[in-house]
Formats: sequence, C-alpha cells, structure tokens
Amino acid sequence: MIDRTVLKEHLVKWVLVAFALSSLLFLFLIFIFILAEGLPLFLKVGLNKIIFGMKWAPTKGHFGIFPMIISSFLVTIGALIIGAPLGLSCAIYLSEYAGKRTRMLLKPAIELLAGIPSVVFGFLGVIYIVPLVRNYLGGSGFSLISTCLVLGVMILPTIISISFDALVSVPRTYREGSAAMGATKWQTIYKVIIPSAKSGILASFILGMGRAIGETMAVIMIAGNALKIPTGILDPLRTLTGNIALELAYATGDHRLGLFSTGVVLMVIIMILNYIANFGIKRKIAK
Amino acid sequence: MRINPRYINRLVRMGLNVQAYFTVGILIIIVAIIFFKGFPHTNFAFIFSFPEDMGREGGIFPSIVGTIQLALLSILLATPLGLGTAIFLTEYTKESLFTKFIRFGVESLAGIPSILYGLFGFIFFVIKLKMGWSLLAGVLTMTIMILPTIIRTSEEAIRAVPRQLRIVSYSLSASKWETIKKVVIPAAIPGILTGIMLSIGRAVGETAAIIFTMGSSLRLPLSLMDSGRTMAVHFYILAREGISMEKAYGTAVVLVLSILLINILAYYIMNKAIARYS
Repeated sequence: MIDRTVLKEHLVKWVLVAFALSSLLFLFLIFIFILAEGLPLFLKVGLNKIIFGMKWAPTKGHFGIFPMIISSFLVTIGALIIGAPLGLSCAIYLSEYAGKRTRMLLKPAIELLAGIPSVVFGFLGVIYIVPLVRNYLGGSGFSLISTCLVLGVMILPTIISISFDALVSVPRTYREGSAAMGATKWQTIYKVIIPSAKSGILASFILGMGRAIGETMAVIMIAGNALKIPTGILDPLRTLTGNIALELAYATGDHRLGLFSTGVVLMVIIMILNYIANFGIKRKIAK
Repeated sequence: MRINPRYINRLVRMGLNVQAYFTVGILIIIVAIIFFKGFPHTNFAFIFSFPEDMGREGGIFPSIVGTIQLALLSILLATPLGLGTAIFLTEYTKESLFTKFIRFGVESLAGIPSILYGLFGFIFFVIKLKMGWSLLAGVLTMTIMILPTIIRTSEEAIRAVPRQLRIVSYSLSASKWETIKKVVIPAAIPGILTGIMLSIGRAVGETAAIIFTMGSSLRLPLSLMDSGRTMAVHFYILAREGISMEKAYGTAVVLVLSILLINILAYYIMNKAIARYS
C-alpha cells in the first residue's frame, strides 16, 4: 500500500507542474488566436499589399499599414531620443552619486511614475502638451513631437530601473581598481562602469522601445491618428496600436481581420525587440 | 588646455543631479495637476452616486464597483496560479530545459503590450467562447496579464527565505509540501503580497485590454456575464469624447489616488520584507 503522505506529495507536485505550464498555455493561445484571425488576410490580399500598402480603407478592400508601421517606429525612436539620455542619467545618478537617503527617496518615486495609468498620461498630454506645441510650434498640436514627448516620459521608469540594476551589479573591485589609479568618479563611470554595464543599459533601451511601440491609450489621445506617413514633427500620425484600438469596437468581417493582421505585425515587432533585450541581458549574466 | 578632471566630475554630478530631480519633478507635477484640478469635483456624493446623462452629471459609483470586482476576481484567479508556478520553479526543480521553457513563457507574457491582450481577449473570450462584453471576459484577460508579475515577485520572495528554515523543518520530519505550506510560504508572505498589490494597481489602471473585453456599460455589473466599465475606462471615455472635463478630473483623482496608495503600500510591505532577511 502506498503511504498517503507520499501520494499527497506526488499529487501536489503534479498540480504545481500544471500551474507552471499554464503560462506557456496562455502564451500559446494568444499566439494561435491572433495568428488565426490575422493570417488569412495576408493570404487573401497578399503580404506586400498589407505591409507595404499605403492606403487603409478596410471597407473598400485596402489594407495597407505601411504608414502605421513607419509611424510606430518614428514615435518609438522619438521617445527613445527623449527618454534614453534622461533615463540613463537618472540611473547613473542613483547608482553612483546619490547618497543612501536620496536613493531611498528617489527610487520609489520613479517606480510610482510607472504606476500612473497611460490614460492619465494621454489626458495630461492633450490638456498641456498639445496646446503648448500648437501655440509655440504650430500645427494642430496633435503631432509626432507631442506623442514623442509624452512617450519619452512614459518609458523613463523602464529605462531607469533596468539600467540601474545593470550599473549596481558592476563589481565593487572595478570601482576600487579605477579609484586606486587616481581616476575621478566620472572618469570611473565613463571609462569603467558604463562599458561593463553596456549590455544591461542597451537592454533597458530596447525594453523601453518595446513599451513605447506597444503603448496605446496615450498615443490615440495625442497622435491625431491621421492615415499618412508624417513628413514633419508637427504632422499627426496613426500607430499600429492606435489603428487596432480606434476601430476594433465596431469592425466586422474583413475589416476586423485587417485589425488582427495589424496585431500580427505588432506582435512580430515586439517579439524581435524582446528577444534582443533578453539575449543582451543573458549575455551580461553569463559574463 | 586640459581641464581638471575634478571640475568635470563636479559638473557631471550637478548635471545628473538636475536630471534626476527633473524626473521626479514630472511625477510630482502630474500628481499635483490631477489633485488640484480634480479635488473640487470629488466628494462623498461623487463617489457614491450613479452617473447620469452618459457621465455628464452624477458620480462614478458603478465604475468604482466594476474596478474592485475586476481587480479582486483576477487576483483570486492569478494568485494560486502564479504562486503555484513560483513554488514549482523554486522548490521542485533544478534549472533545466523545462524551467527555461516556462521562464520563456512568463517573460514573453510580461512583454506583450496590453492592446494585444485586448485583441486576444476580444476574439477568444468575447467572440469564440461567446461570453460577450462581460466582467468574466475582462477578469480572465486581466488574470493572464498580471500572472507574470505575481510569478516573478513570489519567486523572488520564496528564494529569499533562508535555507536554515527549511532544514529545520525537514529535521522535524516534515514532508516537502508540509515544509512549503507551513514554513516557506508564511515566511515569503510579504513578498507575495507586494506582487499582489502591484497587480491590483495594474488592473485598476488598465484600459486598452479591458475596454474590448469588459466593455463600457455604465450599469452596475451584477453578474459575471454583465458588461461594466472600470474607472480607467470611464475616465478615458469622459476625456476622449469631451463629455465633461470636471467629471474627468474628478474620476482621475480617485483613479490616481487609489493606484498611488496601492503601490505605496506594496513598496512599504516590500521594504519590511527586505529588512527582515538582511
């Protein structure tokens, strides 16, 4: 006869295995269902006409999302131009210069910034940033530059916390070695610490890009959602995420399939970014 | 001419200092604007009365109830799943190909943007499983979204439990599961709670995934199959459709204040936990 405790131990173990597999199952379901809805249109209309098509008029059979792909990348790069230097500076200040008490005060504050919902960022963007751009730079204010400004702030917590972790994990001996050679703090940071934390810092930028390209609610409120490639920083634009969010509620038939095709493209871009970021982080740990 | 490196050091220090405070300043400004503009429109009646005329008049009571329902039910589902996964990863296996797969799954889920969760929840729960726009569809979508947070924080918390506690438990002839249940989990509770609080914060603030699964009905959701709207969705609709700026600010105060309080509580619990084992 099998001991009851032993039986229970086995039972618990298998239940836990099932729980652990649930994450993989969910990931699989998400992939399958978005692909199942998104791929048929690629076969029907043609990959080229969707990815490189310039015209989005889904009720008339035009499913071109090229302007949105370009717009998504533009806002992401713009957000990075604003968020990356600022975020890295904060991370360096927090890890190298700030005293213990300052750090204890600033770090939670920055993490709280991550908790502010994106609709709130979007709302404040509409109320404060859009009129500012309209009055001082011209145009309607619903523009590439406004979107980049807001997204740049939104990705700060991601960039700061991951770069901070990378900087802090540089061994103390490196700093001491550099200081022993008579280097100032900044020389040590610039020549020793940043190069050793390089892959983690890069990963933080790429994860920040992932956050920016996936951001939806703030973007549809600020970007103006026009269906063309912006030619200047004051032009309105529509991103991949915005396209889905604006039309999903009422789309039917091929129109809805077109939105899932947009989702497939977004998913592929996000997967590539996450793969690069994780690969970078793993290399750092291996070192 | 060569500039003294010590001056450069000072200059850099100052520059970095300014940028760090600038970043924190943004947070303070955001919170301050919301509070100053919103508090005049927030009162007892606003919180406890029903909206009228699409939200132009009245309060936000149904959306507060909807938010609480969504957050609590998804936590109820995600916590056992996430905690179970974390226990499995830390106590039952060594690092292997299998755990790598599971970690890959968790990392990937964490990286998926909320609009794709919305897309998935819409096609899978709302359409294919015929749930319609409902609290249930919203809860199930949210459960998947917060799972990675719960797994990560629980795993860290369990790993931080000192080995001696386990050894003592085994030496008293406790089985593995008994040790986990009676010793490891109680010791890891603060860390696990932090994950739960952060997840609640995420559920409260989420919009893109919820608007396409739970819908945006203004009524009070009374069953799992009813549609409803959360505060974040209500705020979005008020602001985007220009229904009422006053009500939008009022909703924003309640929304931001609850998220800030939840997150501050989460960090407070976490710091207590860190202090305990270091």
